[in-house]
Amino acid sequence: MTSDAHTQVLVVGAGPGGYAAAIRCGQLGLETTLVEKGRLGGTCLTRGCIPSKAVIHAADEFAKIRSEATKSVLGIGVGSPTIDFARTRAWKDGIVDQLSGGVGGLLTAAGVTVIEGTATMVDGKTVAIDTEAGAPRISADNVILAPGSTPVELPFLPFGGAVLSSTDALNLDTVPDHLVVVGAGYIGLELGTAFAKLGSHVTFVEMGDRILPAYDADLTKPVVAELARLGATTHLNARATSVQQDAGGATLQVTLSDGSEVGLHGDHVLVTVGRKPRTEGWGRENLVLDMDGPFIKVDEQCRTSMRGIFAVGDVTGEPMLAHRATAQGEVVAEILAGHRREFVPAAIPAVVFTDPEIVVVGRSESEATAAGFDAIVGRFPLAANGRNLSLDGSRSGFVRVVAERSTGLVLGVQIVGTSVAELQGVAVTALEMAATLDDLTGTIQAHPSLGEAITEAALMAQGRPLHLPLPPLSSRQASAS
Amino acid sequence: MATYGVKLPDVGEGVAEAEVVEWLVAVGEEISRDQALAEVMTDKATVQIEAPVDGTVLSLNGAPGDLIAVGADLVLLDVEGSVDAAHQPEEQNSVPAPSPPPPKTDNDLQRGQALKVPDPFEDPFEADLPEPQRRVDRPAGLVKPLASPAVRKRALDAGVELRFVNGSGPAGRISHADLDAYLRAGTTPQVLAATAAPGMREPNLRIDEVPLVGLRRRIAAQMSTAKSRIPHITYVEEVDVSALEDLRKSLNESAGVAQPKLTVLPLIVAAVRSALGAHPEMNARFDDEAEVVRQHGAFHCGVAADTPKGLVVPVIRHAETLDLWGLATEIARLAQGARDGSLSSPELSGSTFTISSLGALGGVVSTPVINHPEVAILAVNKIAERPVVIDGTVVVRKMMNLSGSFDHRVVDGMDVAKFMQQIKRRLEQPALLFIDPPGQKPSVV
Repeated sequence: MTSDAHTQVLVVGAGPGGYAAAIRCGQLGLETTLVEKGRLGGTCLTRGCIPSKAVIHAADEFAKIRSEATKSVLGIGVGSPTIDFARTRAWKDGIVDQLSGGVGGLLTAAGVTVIEGTATMVDGKTVAIDTEAGAPRISADNVILAPGSTPVELPFLPFGGAVLSSTDALNLDTVPDHLVVVGAGYIGLELGTAFAKLGSHVTFVEMGDRILPAYDADLTKPVVAELARLGATTHLNARATSVQQDAGGATLQVTLSDGSEVGLHGDHVLVTVGRKPRTEGWGRENLVLDMDGPFIKVDEQCRTSMRGIFAVGDVTGEPMLAHRATAQGEVVAEILAGHRREFVPAAIPAVVFTDPEIVVVGRSESEATAAGFDAIVGRFPLAANGRNLSLDGSRSGFVRVVAERSTGLVLGVQIVGTSVAELQGVAVTALEMAATLDDLTGTIQAHPSLGEAITEAALMAQGRPLHLPLPPLSSRQASAS
Repeated sequence: MATYGVKLPDVGEGVAEAEVVEWLVAVGEEISRDQALAEVMTDKATVQIEAPVDGTVLSLNGAPGDLIAVGADLVLLDVEGSVDAAHQPEEQNSVPAPSPPPPKTDNDLQRGQALKVPDPFEDPFEADLPEPQRRVDRPAGLVKPLASPAVRKRALDAGVELRFVNGSGPAGRISHADLDAYLRAGTTPQVLAATAAPGMREPNLRIDEVPLVGLRRRIAAQMSTAKSRIPHITYVEEVDVSALEDLRKSLNESAGVAQPKLTVLPLIVAAVRSALGAHPEMNARFDDEAEVVRQHGAFHCGVAADTPKGLVVPVIRHAETLDLWGLATEIARLAQGARDGSLSSPELSGSTFTISSLGALGGVVSTPVINHPEVAILAVNKIAERPVVIDGTVVVRKMMNLSGSFDHRVVDGMDVAKFMQQIKRRLEQPALLFIDPPGQKPSVV
């Protein structure tokens, strides 16, 4: 296949996997070309993690002020707060611009050639790029596929008009009066909660028997309670069947758990029923890649079944999270530079920015048991944590530490609570360092901080909590024998 | 209810301690009188310790491989009613606790040191290293090798697969020091890099740790003692056994059905016995601490035997009293007993001279290790037909080598040579086995 140019490394997609791989390749002295049809930063920076967290933060601030205005807890007096959501959106867009521009600067500094256009793999070594200026073909010694993922679209609920994807929802100029959210997974709940705090009446329609079906029920219980407090309606075991768009929005036909049919009218219907790997639209049909279900099959070095073709990020499997993609991208770059590397993390943390927030790192008790571990669990309620109380945080949150009984090896940490997202850092560091309960209990956490609750949960697992009463001595001896 | 301590009995003459080989009961198990509790091993033999009473096992003192002093509590039992005060442990605790190791006597200490002979292959760097892997009770493959990202990166750079590296940290965590130790042990990156080439086989980095327990530990200690304390001199002589083999064939053909098949070994025992008549210094035990050589009138001939568990040396006691058939019968009985482990302590100790024979696998030459504290050992090499020059003519003869090792502190080279020639002479002219030297009482052969 003739080509117009040659590069050592060609990266398809500038999301967290692709841009990280390209920056590191460039830093390591490899001639690198990155092709992206949209904005630098991919889903995460431009229409996912970052803008959604900005909207969630704005919603949290607004809800706090409104709460003080109506029924002050902290004693703050405010008038009647309002929100100019167009300005909120502009602020959010400013963050996205800053980060996307920052990625561009880093790529330039690393010497990466960035081409704006749609890449199509012609064969395993050649890519055709459709740009405004023409359609050059570039041959490459190695290709890193990082095409990412897209929102799942339901055939009877096509995106358009009042039916929104998560991307569309982040670009609304006004706060809807009534928002219907189909799918109560983490994306739907994060956005739905934010709009509920901004003043929308939010109705969730979930097929499963509970929200956040991927997380255990103990963790989601405080979130369920907070949704109810915000006035959101949740229909479980409910199935959306069709939608009728009208001038004022759309009416979603839903079969409820009791079999009855209702029409839920909203200014918008937000469909968040998951994401799927983007395996079409970039010439996969011209390659011979082994698949793993809907994903591209890769090994521990992110190699696909074709020599010289690597894949990273959402297209390679679960969990479809930005930080996994970034770590994979770095690994591949270093492999291409001649180092021995592999992508074998002990844990990939997951954070859900609901209210309260959920952190999941490693294995839950049931997952550990299913894997064959003899697991013990320590659970510490955040209602007994001073920092949580002084933050006016959720009283129903907790930290849970799962460990191997015989060695104390920490197998997992799960947390639900107000502002606990940052605690993932402690947890994932512990797992990645192969920490034991003694390591956690032997590490001094600052007082007052939420981190103290991790220490206490580890102490609980060892049967020796400091800030919770121990059971009577007699019952402990009985249980120990 | 009362606690009853089953003490390790005096399991053999002069035995101060015994090694736990295997527990035959578990904590919490209800046991009945005369039930075997444990198998313990002394220098001499393996014996089973039986329960003197009915009861429930409260604790087992020690793990297999531990040395327990005679008289120390081996097993604590929970028994009905009160028990004879003489059998009770000195400390009566309602909650049984594992008893600390029994106090060591001088004899114990000496023996303990002998058991811990320094390993000549030990890496001098290892003194700085963390203690070896603590055993983590976890199914294989349940977790990936436990190590920090920094250690994992170093291992990848060095081409080391961490699943082959012992982790000394909590939960089996692999530290930088563990990785250092592995790299120093000689599995270099070059090995792995070289094998990355196509067509090469993968290096086998497997190391199986086989703990030294039971008989193997005894053998190791005994061999170390013998080789470190005794300056060996080894002397090899070739023997024409054609006549001996003719005699043996003839005897076997005329033997009755009740008689055992005569091997070459009883004939060699008889030849050694006869040669010892002029060399009493060879049939002896040397107490080097007391600086006394005890030359024995009795000929207690040790016969090294291979068993599934390892080397044991059963003893033909008073071999001077047995005729050829008696020797053959006794050797066969001891060999069988050694294999099935049924020999008693006296049958495994007290030899004054040892013979080691591997039969057809005897090789050409060997350097036998003296059975401490004896003075001499004779290894029998294989019999093979070889060309031999006799009277200027090459003829085919059945030849056999004898390799003897002697304690050079108490035996001179000339004594060794003369003794070996005496044996050779008798084996080459087997009639001499049946003729008493002048002035000696008739032998029993």
